[in-house]
Amino acid sequence: MATSIMFTRINLTLTLLFVLPVLAAQPLYQPLGQAASDLSDKPEWNLTISPDGEALPPGSGNAAQGKQLFEQHCVACHGFGAIGGSAMPLVGELGSLSGEYPEKTVNSFWPYATTLFDYIRRSMPPSAPYSLNSNEIYALCAYILSQDGIIEADVELNAVTLPQVTMPNRNGFSATYPQ
Amino acid sequence: MKKAPLESRRQFLQYTALSGAFAGFSLPVLSAESGLDYRDILPESMTKAGDSFSNYGQPSPYESKIIRWISANPDMPGNGVSWSPLHELQGSITPNGLHFERHHNGVPDIDPARHTLLIDGLVEKPLSFSVEALKRYPMQSRICFIECGGNSNSSWRSRPIETAAGYAHGLVSNAEWTGIPLKYLLQEAGIQSKAKWVIAEAADGASLNVSIPLKKLLDDAILALYQNGERLRPENGYPLRLVLPGWEGITNVKWLRQLRLTDEPAMSRDETAQYTDLMPDGTARQFSFEMEAKSLITSPSHGMKLPDNPGIYQLTGLAWSGRGKITRVEVSSDGGASWVDAELQQPVLSKAFTRFSLPWQWHGQYAMLQSRATDESGYVQPSREQLLANRGSHGFFHFNAIISWEVSEDGYLYHVYPD
Repeated sequence: MATSIMFTRINLTLTLLFVLPVLAAQPLYQPLGQAASDLSDKPEWNLTISPDGEALPPGSGNAAQGKQLFEQHCVACHGFGAIGGSAMPLVGELGSLSGEYPEKTVNSFWPYATTLFDYIRRSMPPSAPYSLNSNEIYALCAYILSQDGIIEADVELNAVTLPQVTMPNRNGFSATYPQ
Repeated sequence: MKKAPLESRRQFLQYTALSGAFAGFSLPVLSAESGLDYRDILPESMTKAGDSFSNYGQPSPYESKIIRWISANPDMPGNGVSWSPLHELQGSITPNGLHFERHHNGVPDIDPARHTLLIDGLVEKPLSFSVEALKRYPMQSRICFIECGGNSNSSWRSRPIETAAGYAHGLVSNAEWTGIPLKYLLQEAGIQSKAKWVIAEAADGASLNVSIPLKKLLDDAILALYQNGERLRPENGYPLRLVLPGWEGITNVKWLRQLRLTDEPAMSRDETAQYTDLMPDGTARQFSFEMEAKSLITSPSHGMKLPDNPGIYQLTGLAWSGRGKITRVEVSSDGGASWVDAELQQPVLSKAFTRFSLPWQWHGQYAMLQSRATDESGYVQPSREQLLANRGSHGFFHFNAIISWEVSEDGYLYHVYPD
Protein backbone atom coordinates (compact mmCIF):
# COMPACT_ATOMS: atom_id res chain seq x y z
CA MET A 1 0.00 0.00 0.00
CA ALA A 2 2.63 2.46 1.11
CA THR A 3 4.85 1.41 -1.77
CA SER A 4 2.12 1.99 -4.26
CA ILE A 5 1.50 5.53 -3.01
CA MET A 6 5.19 6.26 -3.23
CA PHE A 7 5.29 5.22 -6.87
CA THR A 8 2.33 7.42 -7.61
CA ARG A 9 4.07 10.39 -6.11
CA ILE A 10 7.20 9.73 -8.11
CA ASN A 11 5.18 9.39 -11.28
CA LEU A 12 3.55 12.75 -10.66
CA THR A 13 6.90 14.38 -10.02
CA LEU A 14 8.34 12.86 -13.19
CA THR A 15 5.38 14.09 -15.15
CA LEU A 16 5.90 17.64 -13.98
CA LEU A 17 9.63 17.57 -14.68
CA PHE A 18 9.68 15.93 -18.07
CA VAL A 19 6.39 16.26 -19.87
CA LEU A 20 6.01 20.03 -19.52
CA PRO A 21 9.38 20.91 -21.04
CA VAL A 22 8.70 18.59 -23.97
CA LEU A 23 5.66 20.69 -24.76
CA ALA A 24 7.80 23.83 -24.92
CA ALA A 25 9.20 24.99 -28.27
CA GLN A 26 12.84 24.67 -27.22
CA PRO A 27 14.29 21.35 -26.12
CA LEU A 28 15.53 21.21 -22.55
CA TYR A 29 19.23 20.72 -22.07
CA GLN A 30 21.98 21.78 -19.80
CA PRO A 31 24.47 24.17 -21.42
CA LEU A 32 27.84 22.51 -21.03
CA GLY A 33 30.15 24.80 -23.00
CA GLN A 34 33.15 26.00 -21.03
CA ALA A 35 34.23 29.65 -21.19
CA ALA A 36 37.09 29.69 -23.69
CA SER A 37 38.25 33.27 -24.23
CA ASP A 38 41.75 32.18 -23.23
CA LEU A 39 41.84 29.55 -26.01
CA SER A 40 40.65 32.01 -28.63
CA ASP A 41 43.78 34.11 -28.21
CA LYS A 42 46.21 31.23 -28.62
CA PRO A 43 48.08 30.70 -31.89
CA GLU A 44 46.90 27.10 -32.27
CA TRP A 45 43.32 28.36 -32.50
CA ASN A 46 44.15 31.13 -34.97
CA LEU A 47 45.44 29.20 -37.94
CA THR A 48 43.21 30.66 -40.64
CA ILE A 49 44.71 33.53 -42.62
CA SER A 50 42.01 35.59 -44.30
CA PRO A 51 42.63 37.94 -47.25
CA ASP A 52 43.03 40.86 -44.79
CA GLY A 53 46.13 39.09 -43.46
CA GLU A 54 45.21 39.99 -39.89
CA ALA A 55 46.35 36.68 -38.42
CA LEU A 56 49.67 36.54 -40.29
CA PRO A 57 52.59 35.91 -37.95
CA PRO A 58 55.79 37.98 -37.71
CA GLY A 59 58.67 37.01 -39.96
CA SER A 60 59.72 37.53 -43.56
CA GLY A 61 61.29 35.79 -46.53
CA ASN A 62 62.29 36.34 -50.15
CA ALA A 63 62.40 34.38 -53.39
CA ALA A 64 66.09 33.42 -53.23
CA GLN A 65 65.60 31.86 -49.80
CA GLY A 66 62.40 30.28 -51.05
CA LYS A 67 64.12 28.64 -54.03
CA GLN A 68 66.53 26.82 -51.72
CA LEU A 69 63.72 25.69 -49.44
CA PHE A 70 61.61 24.61 -52.40
CA GLU A 71 64.40 22.41 -53.74
CA GLN A 72 64.83 20.89 -50.31
CA HIS A 73 61.20 20.27 -49.37
CA CYS A 74 58.96 20.48 -52.42
CA VAL A 75 60.58 19.37 -55.70
CA ALA A 76 60.01 15.67 -55.10
CA CYS A 77 56.29 16.16 -55.74
CA HIS A 78 55.94 19.60 -57.35
CA GLY A 79 58.94 19.28 -59.70
CA PHE A 80 61.90 21.58 -60.32
CA GLY A 81 60.71 25.11 -60.92
CA ALA A 82 57.32 24.15 -59.39
CA ILE A 83 56.00 23.12 -62.81
CA GLY A 84 54.34 20.02 -61.36
CA GLY A 85 55.06 16.36 -60.79
CA SER A 86 52.96 13.90 -58.85
CA ALA A 87 51.48 17.05 -57.29
CA MET A 88 49.94 20.08 -58.91
CA PRO A 89 51.94 22.60 -60.93
CA LEU A 90 52.19 25.79 -58.92
CA VAL A 91 53.40 28.29 -61.48
CA GLY A 92 52.86 29.34 -65.08
CA GLU A 93 49.79 28.98 -67.31
CA LEU A 94 48.62 32.55 -66.67
CA GLY A 95 45.77 33.34 -69.04
CA SER A 96 45.08 29.67 -69.76
CA LEU A 97 41.78 29.49 -67.89
CA SER A 98 39.51 30.30 -70.82
CA GLY A 99 41.58 28.31 -73.32
CA GLU A 100 41.29 24.78 -74.55
CA TYR A 101 43.66 23.42 -71.88
CA PRO A 102 43.13 25.43 -68.71
CA GLU A 103 45.68 24.89 -65.95
CA LYS A 104 44.75 25.94 -62.45
CA THR A 105 48.11 26.80 -60.90
CA VAL A 106 48.61 29.00 -57.84
CA ASN A 107 49.69 31.83 -60.08
CA SER A 108 47.08 31.39 -62.81
CA PHE A 109 44.07 30.65 -60.61
CA TRP A 110 44.33 31.41 -56.89
CA PRO A 111 42.59 34.71 -56.07
CA TYR A 112 44.49 35.57 -52.86
CA ALA A 113 48.17 35.32 -51.93
CA THR A 114 47.25 34.97 -48.25
CA THR A 115 45.73 31.57 -49.06
CA LEU A 116 49.17 30.35 -50.07
CA PHE A 117 50.63 31.09 -46.64
CA ASP A 118 47.56 29.58 -44.96
CA TYR A 119 47.72 26.40 -47.00
CA ILE A 120 51.47 25.80 -46.87
CA ARG A 121 51.49 26.18 -43.10
CA ARG A 122 48.58 23.84 -42.43
CA SER A 123 49.34 21.19 -45.05
CA MET A 124 52.86 21.25 -46.45
CA PRO A 125 54.92 19.21 -46.68
CA PRO A 126 52.29 16.52 -46.14
CA SER A 127 54.72 14.27 -44.31
CA ALA A 128 55.39 17.01 -41.73
CA PRO A 129 52.79 19.80 -41.53
CA TYR A 130 53.84 22.75 -39.31
CA SER A 131 57.53 21.80 -39.68
CA LEU A 132 58.31 25.00 -41.63
CA ASN A 133 58.72 28.21 -39.66
CA SER A 134 57.09 31.50 -40.61
CA ASN A 135 60.21 32.90 -42.32
CA GLU A 136 60.40 29.77 -44.46
CA ILE A 137 56.74 29.97 -45.42
CA TYR A 138 57.03 33.63 -46.43
CA ALA A 139 60.09 32.69 -48.50
CA LEU A 140 58.27 29.86 -50.28
CA CYS A 141 55.38 32.20 -51.07
CA ALA A 142 57.88 34.72 -52.48
CA TYR A 143 59.55 32.08 -54.62
CA ILE A 144 56.29 30.81 -56.14
CA LEU A 145 54.80 34.27 -56.75
CA SER A 146 58.01 35.68 -58.24
CA GLN A 147 58.19 32.88 -60.82
CA ASP A 148 55.50 34.61 -62.84
CA GLY A 149 56.42 38.17 -61.96
CA ILE A 150 53.48 38.61 -59.60
CA ILE A 151 56.06 40.09 -57.20
CA GLU A 152 59.58 41.30 -57.98
CA ALA A 153 62.34 38.84 -57.20
CA ASP A 154 63.77 40.98 -54.37
CA VAL A 155 60.53 41.61 -52.46
CA GLU A 156 60.50 40.62 -48.80
CA LEU A 157 57.13 39.08 -48.02
CA ASN A 158 55.82 39.59 -44.51
CA ALA A 159 52.57 40.26 -42.63
CA VAL A 160 52.28 43.67 -44.28
CA THR A 161 53.38 42.95 -47.86
CA LEU A 162 51.74 39.54 -48.46
CA PRO A 163 48.12 40.78 -48.20
CA GLN A 164 49.04 43.61 -50.61
CA VAL A 165 49.91 41.19 -53.42
CA THR A 166 47.30 41.26 -56.18
CA MET A 167 46.83 37.89 -57.82
CA PRO A 168 46.18 37.83 -61.59
CA ASN A 169 42.88 35.94 -61.19
CA ARG A 170 41.63 38.05 -58.27
CA ASN A 171 38.33 38.79 -60.03
CA GLY A 172 37.88 35.38 -61.63
CA PHE A 173 35.30 34.02 -59.19
CA SER A 174 31.57 34.48 -58.84
CA ALA A 175 29.81 33.30 -55.71
CA THR A 176 26.98 30.87 -56.33
CA TYR A 177 25.79 31.30 -52.74
CA PRO A 178 23.57 33.03 -51.82
CA GLN A 179 21.56 32.48 -54.96
CA MET B 1 29.35 0.21 -86.41
CA LYS B 2 26.97 1.84 -83.96
CA LYS B 3 23.43 0.60 -84.06
CA ALA B 4 20.44 2.78 -83.53
CA PRO B 5 18.79 2.28 -80.12
CA LEU B 6 15.44 0.56 -80.40
CA GLU B 7 12.10 1.95 -79.46
CA SER B 8 11.47 -0.05 -76.37
CA ARG B 9 8.62 1.26 -74.28
CA ARG B 10 7.01 -2.17 -74.35
CA GLN B 11 10.11 -3.81 -72.96
CA PHE B 12 9.34 -2.37 -69.53
CA LEU B 13 6.97 -4.82 -68.00
CA GLN B 14 3.78 -4.36 -66.10
CA TYR B 15 3.94 -6.18 -62.80
CA THR B 16 0.77 -8.13 -63.54
CA ALA B 17 2.22 -9.71 -66.69
CA LEU B 18 5.07 -11.48 -64.97
CA SER B 19 3.57 -14.72 -63.76
CA GLY B 20 3.22 -17.37 -66.51
CA ALA B 21 6.67 -17.89 -67.94
CA PHE B 22 8.41 -19.37 -64.90
CA ALA B 23 5.60 -21.41 -63.35
CA GLY B 24 6.56 -24.91 -64.55
CA PHE B 25 8.66 -26.21 -61.63
CA SER B 26 7.64 -29.39 -59.76
CA LEU B 27 8.69 -30.49 -56.28
CA PRO B 28 10.99 -33.52 -55.90
CA VAL B 29 9.38 -36.45 -54.07
CA LEU B 30 11.53 -37.85 -51.23
CA SER B 31 11.27 -41.55 -50.59
CA ALA B 32 10.24 -42.54 -47.08
CA GLU B 33 12.81 -45.30 -46.97
CA SER B 34 13.79 -46.32 -43.44
CA GLY B 35 17.35 -45.73 -42.33
CA LEU B 36 17.52 -42.48 -44.21
CA ASP B 37 20.59 -40.52 -43.03
CA TYR B 38 19.68 -36.86 -43.21
CA ARG B 39 23.34 -35.91 -43.08
CA ASP B 40 23.63 -37.27 -46.61
CA ILE B 41 20.90 -35.09 -48.01
CA LEU B 42 20.99 -31.86 -46.00
CA PRO B 43 23.40 -28.96 -46.48
CA GLU B 44 26.51 -29.38 -44.37
CA SER B 45 25.68 -26.22 -42.40
CA MET B 46 22.62 -27.98 -40.96
CA THR B 47 24.54 -30.99 -39.69
CA LYS B 48 26.99 -29.30 -37.32
CA ALA B 49 27.31 -26.49 -34.82
CA GLY B 50 28.07 -23.14 -36.34
CA ASP B 51 30.78 -20.63 -35.59
CA SER B 52 30.84 -18.82 -32.26
CA PHE B 53 29.56 -15.35 -31.44
CA SER B 54 31.56 -12.30 -32.46
CA ASN B 55 32.13 -9.05 -30.60
CA TYR B 56 31.90 -7.08 -33.78
CA GLY B 57 30.31 -8.68 -36.82
CA GLN B 58 31.97 -8.77 -40.20
CA PRO B 59 30.56 -9.40 -43.69
CA SER B 60 30.39 -12.94 -44.99
CA PRO B 61 33.74 -14.19 -46.30
CA TYR B 62 31.89 -14.89 -49.54
CA GLU B 63 31.42 -11.13 -49.93
CA SER B 64 35.07 -10.25 -49.47
CA LYS B 65 35.27 -8.72 -52.93
CA ILE B 66 32.67 -6.07 -52.09
CA ILE B 67 35.10 -3.29 -51.26
CA ARG B 68 35.81 0.40 -51.63
CA TRP B 69 38.14 1.11 -54.53
CA ILE B 70 41.10 3.20 -53.40
CA SER B 71 42.56 5.83 -55.67
CA ALA B 72 45.32 7.89 -54.07
CA ASN B 73 48.53 9.69 -54.92
CA PRO B 74 51.42 7.24 -54.41
CA ASP B 75 53.65 10.10 -53.27
CA MET B 76 51.01 11.20 -50.76
CA PRO B 77 48.96 8.12 -49.94
CA GLY B 78 46.71 10.07 -47.57
CA ASN B 79 45.52 12.30 -50.38
CA GLY B 80 42.89 10.62 -52.48
CA VAL B 81 39.57 8.86 -52.38
CA SER B 82 37.96 5.50 -51.96
CA TRP B 83 34.88 4.83 -54.05
CA SER B 84 31.78 3.19 -52.63
CA PRO B 85 30.81 0.02 -54.59
CA LEU B 86 27.30 1.27 -55.38
CA HIS B 87 26.93 -1.37 -58.11
CA GLU B 88 27.15 -4.14 -55.47
CA LEU B 89 24.76 -2.62 -52.93
CA GLN B 90 20.99 -2.60 -52.52
CA GLY B 91 18.60 -0.55 -50.43
CA SER B 92 19.52 3.02 -49.66
CA ILE B 93 21.78 2.97 -46.58
CA THR B 94 25.50 2.69 -47.23
CA PRO B 95 27.20 0.34 -44.75
CA ASN B 96 29.73 2.20 -42.61
CA GLY B 97 32.67 0.19 -43.91
CA LEU B 98 31.74 1.03 -47.50
CA HIS B 99 30.94 4.75 -47.14
CA PHE B 100 33.10 6.65 -49.61
CA GLU B 101 36.20 8.45 -48.33
CA ARG B 102 37.93 11.65 -49.34
CA HIS B 103 40.95 12.59 -47.28
CA HIS B 104 43.42 15.40 -47.89
CA ASN B 105 46.18 13.98 -45.69
CA GLY B 106 45.08 10.66 -44.27
CA VAL B 107 42.84 9.51 -41.44
CA PRO B 108 43.87 11.04 -38.12
CA ASP B 109 44.00 9.07 -34.88
CA ILE B 110 42.02 11.20 -32.42
CA ASP B 111 41.49 10.27 -28.76
CA PRO B 112 38.06 11.70 -27.92
CA ALA B 113 39.17 12.27 -24.32
CA ARG B 114 41.71 14.78 -25.62
CA HIS B 115 39.60 16.37 -28.32
CA THR B 116 38.04 19.82 -27.94
CA LEU B 117 35.55 21.69 -30.08
CA LEU B 118 35.95 25.47 -29.88
CA ILE B 119 33.20 27.84 -30.99
CA ASP B 120 34.53 31.39 -31.13
CA GLY B 121 34.88 34.51 -33.25
CA LEU B 122 31.78 36.71 -33.52
CA VAL B 123 30.02 35.18 -30.53
CA GLU B 124 28.99 36.63 -27.17
CA LYS B 125 31.18 34.14 -25.30
CA PRO B 126 33.66 31.69 -26.85
CA LEU B 127 32.91 28.17 -25.65
CA SER B 128 34.77 24.89 -25.69
CA PHE B 129 33.11 21.50 -25.54
CA SER B 130 34.49 18.11 -24.63
CA VAL B 131 33.16 15.10 -26.50
CA GLU B 132 31.74 13.74 -23.23
CA ALA B 133 29.79 16.96 -22.72
CA LEU B 134 28.47 16.91 -26.28
CA LYS B 135 27.09 13.40 -25.74
CA ARG B 136 24.68 14.88 -23.16
CA TYR B 137 23.00 17.25 -25.62
CA PRO B 138 19.69 16.44 -27.29
CA MET B 139 20.33 14.67 -30.56
CA GLN B 140 18.50 14.26 -33.83
CA SER B 141 18.93 11.70 -36.58
CA ARG B 142 18.93 12.52 -40.26
CA ILE B 143 19.23 10.12 -43.15
CA CYS B 144 20.99 11.98 -45.95
CA PHE B 145 23.52 11.55 -48.69
CA ILE B 146 26.96 13.11 -48.72
CA GLU B 147 28.50 13.56 -52.17
CA CYS B 148 32.01 14.74 -52.93
CA GLY B 149 32.04 17.72 -55.28
CA GLY B 150 34.47 15.74 -57.42
CA ASN B 151 32.21 12.70 -57.81
CA SER B 152 31.91 11.44 -61.40
CA ASN B 153 34.78 13.74 -62.41
CA SER B 154 35.98 11.28 -65.06
CA SER B 155 32.78 12.06 -66.95
CA TRP B 156 34.22 15.45 -67.94
CA ARG B 157 36.76 13.60 -70.07
CA SER B 158 36.18 13.29 -73.78
CA ARG B 159 35.99 9.50 -73.57
CA PRO B 160 33.93 7.48 -71.09
CA ILE B 161 35.90 5.66 -68.40
CA GLU B 162 35.34 1.91 -68.48
CA THR B 163 35.01 1.07 -64.82
CA ALA B 164 32.27 -0.18 -62.51
CA ALA B 165 29.45 2.23 -61.68
CA GLY B 166 30.55 2.78 -58.10
CA TYR B 167 34.18 3.23 -59.03
CA ALA B 168 33.31 6.14 -61.33
CA HIS B 169 30.28 7.60 -59.54
CA GLY B 170 30.57 6.30 -55.97
CA LEU B 171 31.98 9.34 -54.18
CA VAL B 172 28.50 9.54 -52.72
CA SER B 173 26.99 7.55 -49.88
CA ASN B 174 23.91 7.67 -47.69
CA ALA B 175 23.77 7.16 -43.95
CA GLU B 176 21.78 7.94 -40.85
CA TRP B 177 23.72 10.63 -39.02
CA THR B 178 22.92 11.34 -35.40
CA GLY B 179 24.11 14.33 -33.47
CA ILE B 180 23.38 17.75 -32.12
CA PRO B 181 21.60 20.39 -34.19
CA LEU B 182 24.35 23.00 -34.57
CA LYS B 183 21.98 25.82 -33.71
CA TYR B 184 21.86 24.67 -30.07
CA LEU B 185 25.61 25.11 -29.66
CA LEU B 186 25.78 28.35 -31.64
CA GLN B 187 22.92 29.83 -29.63
CA GLU B 188 24.64 28.80 -26.40
CA ALA B 189 27.70 30.79 -27.47
CA GLY B 190 25.49 33.70 -28.56
CA ILE B 191 25.67 34.87 -32.16
CA GLN B 192 26.73 38.45 -32.84
CA SER B 193 24.68 40.24 -35.48
CA LYS B 194 27.72 40.80 -37.74
CA ALA B 195 28.35 37.06 -38.06
CA LYS B 196 27.60 35.73 -41.55
CA TRP B 197 30.11 32.91 -42.10
CA VAL B 198 31.64 30.14 -40.03
CA ILE B 199 35.16 28.88 -40.64
CA ALA B 200 35.18 25.16 -39.89
CA GLU B 201 38.55 23.57 -39.20
CA ALA B 202 39.51 19.91 -38.91
CA ALA B 203 42.05 18.23 -36.63
CA ASP B 204 43.59 16.12 -39.40
CA GLY B 205 47.01 16.29 -41.04
CA ALA B 206 45.70 18.87 -43.50
CA SER B 207 44.03 21.08 -40.85
CA LEU B 208 41.35 21.34 -43.51
CA ASN B 209 39.44 24.64 -43.32
CA VAL B 210 36.41 25.85 -45.24
CA SER B 211 33.88 28.64 -44.87
CA ILE B 212 30.22 27.84 -44.39
CA PRO B 213 27.32 30.30 -44.39
CA LEU B 214 26.03 30.67 -40.82
CA LYS B 215 22.49 30.39 -42.18
CA LYS B 216 23.06 26.75 -43.14
CA LEU B 217 24.38 25.85 -39.69
CA LEU B 218 21.28 27.43 -38.14
CA ASP B 219 19.04 25.56 -40.57
CA ASP B 220 19.48 21.78 -40.81
CA ALA B 221 23.14 21.15 -39.95
CA ILE B 222 24.10 18.47 -37.44
CA LEU B 223 27.23 18.01 -35.39
CA ALA B 224 27.30 14.25 -35.91
CA LEU B 225 28.72 11.77 -33.41
CA TYR B 226 27.00 8.67 -34.76
CA GLN B 227 26.80 7.05 -38.19
CA ASN B 228 24.16 4.39 -38.77
CA GLY B 229 23.74 4.04 -35.03
CA GLU B 230 27.35 3.56 -34.02
CA ARG B 231 30.04 6.12 -33.31
CA LEU B 232 31.56 7.67 -36.41
CA ARG B 233 34.18 5.63 -38.19
CA PRO B 234 37.65 7.24 -38.06
CA GLU B 235 37.57 7.73 -41.84
CA ASN B 236 34.25 9.51 -41.51
CA GLY B 237 35.30 12.04 -38.94
CA TYR B 238 35.58 10.41 -35.52
CA PRO B 239 34.87 11.80 -33.00
CA LEU B 240 32.94 14.78 -34.48
CA ARG B 241 31.94 15.88 -37.94
CA LEU B 242 29.64 18.35 -39.61
CA VAL B 243 26.75 16.98 -41.63
CA LEU B 244 25.19 19.59 -43.91
CA PRO B 245 22.35 17.80 -45.69
CA GLY B 246 22.44 18.25 -49.46
CA TRP B 247 25.67 20.24 -49.51
CA GLU B 248 28.95 19.40 -51.21
CA GLY B 249 31.07 16.87 -49.29
CA ILE B 250 33.92 19.27 -48.51
CA THR B 251 31.61 21.36 -46.30
CA ASN B 252 30.74 18.30 -44.17
CA VAL B 253 33.99 18.81 -42.26
CA LYS B 254 35.29 15.69 -40.53
CA TRP B 255 37.35 15.64 -37.31
CA LEU B 256 35.89 19.05 -36.46
CA ARG B 257 37.89 21.09 -33.92
CA GLN B 258 36.78 24.69 -34.43
CA LEU B 259 33.89 26.80 -35.66
CA ARG B 260 34.88 30.46 -35.90
CA LEU B 261 32.12 32.92 -36.70
CA THR B 262 33.20 35.70 -39.06
CA ASP B 263 31.73 38.34 -41.34
CA GLU B 264 33.62 37.13 -44.44
CA PRO B 265 34.73 33.77 -45.84
CA ALA B 266 38.35 32.76 -45.26
CA MET B 267 39.09 32.16 -48.96
CA SER B 268 40.86 28.95 -48.01
CA ARG B 269 42.53 26.73 -50.59
CA ASP B 270 39.59 24.30 -50.63
CA GLU B 271 37.09 27.02 -51.50
CA THR B 272 39.21 28.84 -54.10
CA ALA B 273 41.83 26.61 -55.74
CA GLN B 274 39.67 23.50 -55.34
CA TYR B 275 35.92 22.81 -55.20
CA THR B 276 35.23 25.75 -57.53
CA ASP B 277 33.77 25.09 -60.96
CA LEU B 278 35.65 26.45 -63.96
CA MET B 279 33.30 27.78 -66.62
CA PRO B 280 33.90 28.14 -70.38
CA ASP B 281 34.71 31.86 -70.06
CA GLY B 282 37.55 31.12 -67.63
CA THR B 283 35.75 32.36 -64.52
CA ALA B 284 34.86 29.94 -61.76
CA ARG B 285 31.73 29.37 -59.73
CA GLN B 286 32.56 29.58 -56.04
CA PHE B 287 30.52 28.40 -53.04
CA SER B 288 28.41 26.12 -55.23
CA PHE B 289 27.27 24.22 -52.18
CA GLU B 290 24.08 22.48 -53.28
CA MET B 291 24.43 19.12 -55.00
CA GLU B 292 21.89 19.10 -57.82
CA ALA B 293 19.63 16.19 -58.69
CA LYS B 294 21.35 13.11 -60.04
CA SER B 295 20.65 9.44 -60.60
CA LEU B 296 22.50 6.33 -61.64
CA ILE B 297 21.43 2.83 -62.68
CA THR B 298 23.48 0.59 -60.40
CA SER B 299 22.31 -2.71 -61.87
CA PRO B 300 22.74 -3.78 -64.53
CA SER B 301 25.73 -1.53 -65.10
CA HIS B 302 29.24 -1.48 -66.50
CA GLY B 303 31.11 -4.77 -66.38
CA MET B 304 28.05 -6.95 -65.83
CA LYS B 305 26.72 -9.44 -68.35
CA LEU B 306 23.07 -10.28 -68.85
CA PRO B 307 22.98 -14.08 -68.44
CA ASP B 308 19.71 -14.92 -70.22
CA ASN B 309 18.44 -14.00 -73.65
CA PRO B 310 15.55 -13.46 -73.55
CA GLY B 311 15.47 -12.55 -69.88
CA ILE B 312 13.81 -10.35 -67.33
CA TYR B 313 16.11 -8.00 -65.41
CA GLN B 314 15.32 -5.76 -62.47
CA LEU B 315 16.74 -2.37 -63.41
CA THR B 316 17.59 -0.53 -60.22
CA GLY B 317 19.52 2.48 -59.11
CA LEU B 318 19.79 5.50 -56.87
CA ALA B 319 18.61 9.08 -57.17
CA TRP B 320 19.30 12.02 -54.89
CA SER B 321 19.07 15.81 -54.76
CA GLY B 322 20.55 18.42 -52.45
CA ARG B 323 17.42 20.51 -52.93
CA GLY B 324 14.94 18.11 -51.37
CA LYS B 325 12.95 15.04 -52.28
CA ILE B 326 13.19 13.09 -55.50
CA THR B 327 9.75 13.21 -57.10
CA ARG B 328 10.34 11.16 -60.22
CA VAL B 329 12.88 8.87 -61.83
CA GLU B 330 12.44 7.90 -65.46
CA VAL B 331 14.30 5.10 -67.17
CA SER B 332 15.12 4.66 -70.84
CA SER B 333 16.47 1.64 -72.70
CA ASP B 334 16.87 3.46 -76.01
CA GLY B 335 19.29 6.22 -75.11
CA GLY B 336 16.64 8.71 -74.08
CA ALA B 337 14.28 8.43 -77.07
CA SER B 338 11.52 7.16 -74.79
CA TRP B 339 11.14 7.17 -71.01
CA VAL B 340 9.15 5.13 -68.50
CA ASP B 341 8.60 6.03 -64.84
CA ALA B 342 10.43 3.79 -62.40
CA GLU B 343 8.99 2.79 -59.06
CA LEU B 344 10.41 4.74 -56.10
CA GLN B 345 11.12 2.81 -52.91
CA GLN B 346 9.26 4.42 -50.01
CA PRO B 347 9.73 6.40 -47.90
CA VAL B 348 11.26 9.07 -50.13
CA LEU B 349 13.34 11.31 -47.86
CA SER B 350 14.57 14.82 -48.52
CA LYS B 351 18.27 15.06 -49.49
CA ALA B 352 18.67 11.29 -49.24
CA PHE B 353 19.20 8.35 -51.57
CA THR B 354 15.99 7.17 -53.20
CA ARG B 355 16.10 3.65 -54.62
CA PHE B 356 14.27 3.18 -57.90
CA SER B 357 13.52 0.03 -59.85
CA LEU B 358 11.75 -1.27 -62.92
CA PRO B 359 11.60 -4.75 -64.47
CA TRP B 360 12.98 -4.88 -68.01
CA GLN B 361 12.61 -7.58 -70.62
CA TRP B 362 15.64 -8.01 -72.82
CA HIS B 363 15.47 -9.81 -76.15
CA GLY B 364 19.11 -9.67 -77.17
CA GLN B 365 18.88 -6.29 -78.85
CA TYR B 366 21.31 -3.40 -78.59
CA ALA B 367 20.15 -1.05 -75.80
CA MET B 368 21.28 2.06 -74.01
CA LEU B 369 20.11 2.27 -70.39
CA GLN B 370 19.69 5.66 -68.74
CA SER B 371 17.95 7.15 -65.72
CA ARG B 372 16.77 10.72 -65.23
CA ALA B 373 15.83 12.22 -61.86
CA THR B 374 13.49 15.11 -61.07
CA ASP B 375 13.38 16.73 -57.63
CA GLU B 376 10.68 18.62 -55.77
CA SER B 377 12.07 21.97 -56.93
CA GLY B 378 11.18 20.88 -60.49
CA TYR B 379 14.85 20.52 -61.47
CA VAL B 380 15.42 17.75 -64.03
CA GLN B 381 18.76 15.96 -64.28
CA PRO B 382 20.38 17.20 -67.52
CA SER B 383 21.80 15.16 -70.37
CA ARG B 384 25.58 15.20 -70.67
CA GLU B 385 25.19 17.32 -73.78
CA GLN B 386 23.11 19.90 -71.89
CA LEU B 387 25.52 19.97 -68.95
CA LEU B 388 28.55 20.52 -71.18
CA ALA B 389 26.70 23.18 -73.18
CA ASN B 390 26.15 25.15 -69.97
CA ARG B 391 29.35 24.42 -68.11
CA GLY B 392 32.02 23.63 -70.72
CA SER B 393 34.39 20.67 -70.47
CA HIS B 394 36.62 21.75 -67.57
CA GLY B 395 34.20 22.11 -64.67
CA PHE B 396 35.71 19.05 -62.94
CA PHE B 397 33.33 19.42 -59.97
CA HIS B 398 29.55 18.98 -59.79
CA PHE B 399 29.04 16.55 -62.68
CA ASN B 400 25.40 15.46 -62.40
CA ALA B 401 24.43 14.56 -65.96
CA ILE B 402 22.61 11.41 -67.08
CA ILE B 403 24.85 8.34 -67.11
CA SER B 404 24.50 5.79 -69.94
CA TRP B 405 25.17 2.04 -70.02
CA GLU B 406 25.30 0.39 -73.42
CA VAL B 407 24.07 -3.20 -73.67
CA SER B 408 25.62 -5.11 -76.53
CA GLU B 409 23.75 -7.83 -78.40
CA ASP B 410 25.71 -10.46 -76.49
CA GLY B 411 24.65 -8.92 -73.18
CA TYR B 412 27.77 -7.04 -72.07
CA LEU B 413 27.44 -3.61 -70.47
CA TYR B 414 29.72 -0.66 -71.19
CA HIS B 415 29.89 2.97 -70.10
CA VAL B 416 29.16 5.21 -73.09
CA TYR B 417 28.36 8.79 -73.95
CA PRO B 418 25.20 8.98 -76.04
CA ASP B 419 26.71 11.34 -78.65
